Amino acid sequence: MSGYFKELFGGTKSLAVGLGITIKYMVKPVVTVQYPHETLVMTPRFRGHIELVGNEETGAPNCVVCGMCQKACPSNCISLAGEKPEGAKKKILTSYILDFTKCSLCGLCVESCKFEAIAFSRDYNLAGPRKDAYVFDLKKRLEEKSG
Amino acid sequence: MILSEPWRLLVFVAGIIAFIALNAAYLVWLERKVAGHIQRRIGPKEVGPFGLLQPLADGIKLMSKQLLVPKGVDPLLFKVAPLLVLVPAVMSFVTIPFSEKLVARNIDIGLLMIFAFASVNVMGLLLGGWGSNNKYAVISAARAVSQNVAYEIPMLITVVTMIMLTHTMNLNEIVIQQAGGVWNWHIFANPLMPIAFLIFFICSLAETNRAPFDLGEAESELIAGFHTEYSGMGFGVFFMGEYANIIIGCGLATILFLGGWQCPFGILPGWWWFLAKVYFLIFCVMWIRWTYPRTTLWGLLNLSWKILIPFSLLILLLTGAMIKVWPLITGAS
Repeated sequence: MSGYFKELFGGTKSLAVGLGITIKYMVKPVVTVQYPHETLVMTPRFRGHIELVGNEETGAPNCVVCGMCQKACPSNCISLAGEKPEGAKKKILTSYILDFTKCSLCGLCVESCKFEAIAFSRDYNLAGPRKDAYVFDLKKRLEEKSG
Repeated sequence: MILSEPWRLLVFVAGIIAFIALNAAYLVWLERKVAGHIQRRIGPKEVGPFGLLQPLADGIKLMSKQLLVPKGVDPLLFKVAPLLVLVPAVMSFVTIPFSEKLVARNIDIGLLMIFAFASVNVMGLLLGGWGSNNKYAVISAARAVSQNVAYEIPMLITVVTMIMLTHTMNLNEIVIQQAGGVWNWHIFANPLMPIAFLIFFICSLAETNRAPFDLGEAESELIAGFHTEYSGMGFGVFFMGEYANIIIGCGLATILFLGGWQCPFGILPGWWWFLAKVYFLIFCVMWIRWTYPRTTLWGLLNLSWKILIPFSLLILLLTGAMIKVWPLITGAS
């Protein structure tokens, strides 16, 4: 019988404590971000899909078409091509296609790059009706960004 | 303004139905807002200012949906069940006094009538679950009935206690007895009454299948129980009936314990105070829902049989003793 009243009072008290907690939370300010109207800035180490890094002055891609990223990629997401114009010392990038549908964001391509030519983007607003919306032409993206 | 009898009746019926429908719509909005803020979200905000047009959009959606009657259901029971939930609720409103004058029918057995209709509500749930021919719905209906039967007992015992105190079942008279300030409310009539109020409130939560006693609806296990198979306004009517029952439960608690339409400070008309008290209790109902997890079935029945019924019986006995023995001791008539 003593256990009965102990349980009754203990239970009632803990129920009251619970109500107290929720009412306190109710008057506190909301913590959610109203997403389409507000967006968060992603942290520096956020892994979005990769993007090409351009030269700060000229805006041309840092990439020298060595193909290390292509080799490093375990899922064969990256296909790039370049050409060497007459008299030039370095190859120039002509296309850089990322098939993001296969990418697992492992980051081996970024690690393998010796020229700081690719980096993770902060782009997370990704939604599309078709699969081929995720085959990105990164060179075009870089040109759009710098130009 | 005094209307002749048939017109008065029509105005009241239309008014009550409009009140129930609007309340069902906007209590859903309020519930979502309360839930949101308790979880530190905002809740509905996109449709109209503060999401105030959300109930309208939901209503249009529900009304424009097809009323699907699945194969294998009992067609008659399936269609009648939502009405069996809503109609008793509408009937119960007939006797609830919103203010001294604003009551559709001021009958002497109002309290009895409300509890008579409240028991029909259980029939609606049972028939809806049975008629759906769905295992979830049947389990839910069985749970709802066992729960309602278990909680009707302490609730009725508490009401009997109140009738012993008030000597009347006329709701308006019960309110009139509580005139003259907060300390005249029945909840402060004697030290037992706050406990009686608590028991009544817990029972009304369980009677209306509200969380934490929403075993009949258990969204996560029984996919909303007895209204699993209902679509469109079939579901909408169930929902309206449910919210109407919440208003009746809170309204009865207000009338019996919190002074009904009596205002403690003598300002503002009576209906204003009645609604303020009712909405405060409804807020408490929502607050409780978003605080506690669902109880287990045995926990629910234990609470009723082991705690609420003994305590309500004890209060009944002590109140009876107080009424009969106290005058003998003090020598009053």
